[in-house]
Amino acid sequence: MSALTIIAVLVLLLVVFGLLFRLQILSSIFSGSFTRDIGMSNSVNAVLMLVFLIGGGGWFAYSFVENFGKMNPPIASVHGHHMDTMFWTTMAILGVAFTITQVLLFWYSYKYQHKEGRRAYFFSHNNKLEVIWTIIPAIVMASLIFAGWKAWARITGPAPKDSVVVEVMGKQFNWLVRYPGRDLKLGVINYRLIDASNDFGIDLNDQASQDDFTATEIHVPKGHPVLFKIRSRDVLHAVYMPNFRVQMYAVPGMPTRFWFTPTTSTDEMRAKLGNPKFNYELACNQVCGKSHYAMKAIVIVDEPDDYQNWFASQKSFASLNPDLVASFKQKAAQGTPKQAVAAEPKETVPAPLANASF
Amino acid sequence: MSDMSAKPNLSAAIQAAGGIGTAPVPHTEHGDHAHDEHEHHDQHWLWKYVFSQDHKTIARQYLITGMFWAIIGGTLSSLFRLQLGWPEGTMEWLTPVLGKWIEGGKLNPEFYLALVTMHGTIMVFFVLTAGLSGTFSNFLIPLQVGARDMASGFMNMLSYWFFFLSSLIMFASLFLETGPASAGWTIYPPLSALPQAIPGSGMGMTMWLVSMVFFIVSQLLGGVNYVTTVINLRTRGMSMSKLPLTIWAFFLTAVLGILSFPVLFSAALLLVFDRSFGTSFFLSDIYIAGQALPNQGGSPVLFQHLFWFLGHPEVYIVIMPAMGMVSEILATNARKPIFGYRAMIGSLMGISLLSFVVWAHHMFVTGMNPFLGSVFMFLTLIIAVPSGVKVFNWIATLWRGNIRFTTAMLFSIGFVSLFISGGLTGIILGNATLDIQMHNTYFVVAHFHLVMGSSAFFGLFAGVYHWFPKMFGRMMDEKLGYVHFWLTFAGVYLVFLPMHYVGIAGFPRRYYAWTGFDGFSQFADLNKFISMAAIIAFLGQFIFIFNFFYSIFRGRRATQNPWNSNTLEWTTPIMPGHGNWPGEIPAVYRWPYDYSKPGSEADFIPQNVPYSQTQSSNLPYEQELAD
Repeated sequence: MSALTIIAVLVLLLVVFGLLFRLQILSSIFSGSFTRDIGMSNSVNAVLMLVFLIGGGGWFAYSFVENFGKMNPPIASVHGHHMDTMFWTTMAILGVAFTITQVLLFWYSYKYQHKEGRRAYFFSHNNKLEVIWTIIPAIVMASLIFAGWKAWARITGPAPKDSVVVEVMGKQFNWLVRYPGRDLKLGVINYRLIDASNDFGIDLNDQASQDDFTATEIHVPKGHPVLFKIRSRDVLHAVYMPNFRVQMYAVPGMPTRFWFTPTTSTDEMRAKLGNPKFNYELACNQVCGKSHYAMKAIVIVDEPDDYQNWFASQKSFASLNPDLVASFKQKAAQGTPKQAVAAEPKETVPAPLANASF
Repeated sequence: MSDMSAKPNLSAAIQAAGGIGTAPVPHTEHGDHAHDEHEHHDQHWLWKYVFSQDHKTIARQYLITGMFWAIIGGTLSSLFRLQLGWPEGTMEWLTPVLGKWIEGGKLNPEFYLALVTMHGTIMVFFVLTAGLSGTFSNFLIPLQVGARDMASGFMNMLSYWFFFLSSLIMFASLFLETGPASAGWTIYPPLSALPQAIPGSGMGMTMWLVSMVFFIVSQLLGGVNYVTTVINLRTRGMSMSKLPLTIWAFFLTAVLGILSFPVLFSAALLLVFDRSFGTSFFLSDIYIAGQALPNQGGSPVLFQHLFWFLGHPEVYIVIMPAMGMVSEILATNARKPIFGYRAMIGSLMGISLLSFVVWAHHMFVTGMNPFLGSVFMFLTLIIAVPSGVKVFNWIATLWRGNIRFTTAMLFSIGFVSLFISGGLTGIILGNATLDIQMHNTYFVVAHFHLVMGSSAFFGLFAGVYHWFPKMFGRMMDEKLGYVHFWLTFAGVYLVFLPMHYVGIAGFPRRYYAWTGFDGFSQFADLNKFISMAAIIAFLGQFIFIFNFFYSIFRGRRATQNPWNSNTLEWTTPIMPGHGNWPGEIPAVYRWPYDYSKPGSEADFIPQNVPYSQTQSSNLPYEQELAD
């Protein structure tokens, strides 16, 4: 009933509005006051252009400064600092271009509003001017491209040989984490071996798999290059760690990678931010389904010694799952090693970890 | 005519431009169209208004269908902005509309993804491709090049009705039990290929693909027609270097569409194969819903290449018609020639060419070879140069003009402002290094909503306000237009500028809520603010809808050339019939931008006025042509 009343009131209001509107048009026709463009409204709009420039520009500047503190995720990687400098330098250049063009656009709109008796200046082209404003942006772009390309080549270049390797596998809707154990080699995995007890599809007949261990949190050492090997076992996901300025898709059937060097341990960052609950977060940043927005992992940056202790205290996946190991042995004994053969050859290539210091 | 003009003392020569310009032209094609007119007099209404082959009727059909879709697309965005602004709030009150998608007062997260997917699909394809380019390419190409109709009226009709069929299928998919397509408007497989991954990838995705196939057919039929008409049916004297910039923009847009939509077709076809016939173009090594799938060897990245090979030209398909119309409207209402006409054409060509070699900047961090990333970064940032040239030329067009603020002019100025604001941040995103952090964040969302979403909408509004008198023979209300403009202009900035802050902070797009992450929870107030601004700006569009439909029936009657414009469409009768000009098609003698020419009494000289009648204002080389 109340809904009906509300609808009725709305309809009535619309009718009243419509009638008033019609009345305004009719009366303007009768009084002959309908001058379509060059009247009072022209100067009102011209003034509004100026008001918009000043008011809008003021609001933008205010809200930008007001929110600036909140919009910079604290940085904790070597390349992250470079990227941040490049980002704000580029933003400053863009800010100059933005200010010049917007001010001219609104100022000219105001200044050259219609005036009775004035005539527009017939100015169809000017080659010199056009060459100048083609070349200047071209030079600025060239320098931005050069800086971006240098940084891009460095960031995406091969990881240092002594990088710590972490494997991250995306699935709907959480991240699985695996470390290569003491032999520093990740064992073969095969998606056909995945089941409830073997989330990764680790082939336990592979010698390199024996000491691999899985974890619920990602631990990495401070000040040491870390190589993320990234996989997905169902749909696309993306590893996104805003604090490290790291992002890379997790693609089913195509392992990807990203390396970086953390600069600040979790404890240091907590102290720095004065937030004892702070954690580095890993978010999924490629839509993957219902709980995409909750697909998260915690990354803990340890001091190198702490990392080594943590690493040493982990128990291998094989030792925690003796039943699984037994069933693999049994299958191998029965002469059905097909699954092991089907494993991807690309993962059997030794990872470049021979000199890892842990 | 006189009540509109800035100068009531226009010379008689100009007042009668249509008559004088056309009279001396030899009547070469007369027989043909005279026959046409008789034939269409007693048409059945079904052929006249529904299955019409008249380009003007087809344009109106595109426009009204596009407006319908814009309302749907806007409503969907209001729904997900409600969720993002008030993640803890209840949506119980929406149950009567959304039914089972509200669970215990909460929006279903999968339906949230369906909302963003359909919002993107509808806005990009159905509103800004079909509604914008479909409307104005159809309406203006024959009128501005001086043709009776499109090269093939029948194909043109098919183009609209394929679009209509495509619309029906897409609209029906909104009401499916399992929901419409939900994998994002970019429909990346495997998510879009596997119903086990998300229910929207079942029937919803099938209907999306079928609808899109019909849509592509429609685009190709239309595009071939536009290109053929511009090349072959220009009137006497209308060389390519005398075309209005609108036509140049529509022409190049059509070329882009013809070259890129078939690639989307192939991507869709291969995806259909993967979904229904067990192939593995895009699928490999997948374990889902407790089952290892047999597919091996496919690559999801391949799909992204195919998709963005269309997807990137697509954003220029959306924005270039707006650029063309804005150029035309700015010149007309500043009463000044467009600055650097040839540079404007050159930059359109440059943008068109480059738009085909920048697609992989959407894929810097998708696992693509980093070397490709550096190549595409280089090519992407180059595109800023022709875009910059356009902006500088628009601003130079305003300089020392004599500006009349019609509603169309306001929206054109707004377009330039939004294009600058959104375009500049593209320089961040085109830089592969910076894109590592910004990819798929709200920075991207803010960037493209300004540069191709809102800008293209502003171009669309400018076009509707400007050519409404030619479309419906009546004027739209200017006061309501002003309110509509200022509300929308402020609204767009209030929505999308703060969205950059959220993006710089790293908030991922397509998130149902950010409350699960400590790193993404600091902007709850700002998100609420954005949502409120977005919903108010959306509601403001109903002022336009009202103005539009009211003015069709009750608006002030238009005069023949209400804006004192130079282009040919204003030489037709107020409501041009089939064949556009009752007599001979006028011939063209000059470029379309002779505004405020020194020596001329009037501040405009239409294209069909020969130099021999404008002795006082001719430039030296023009005087030679006159003699």
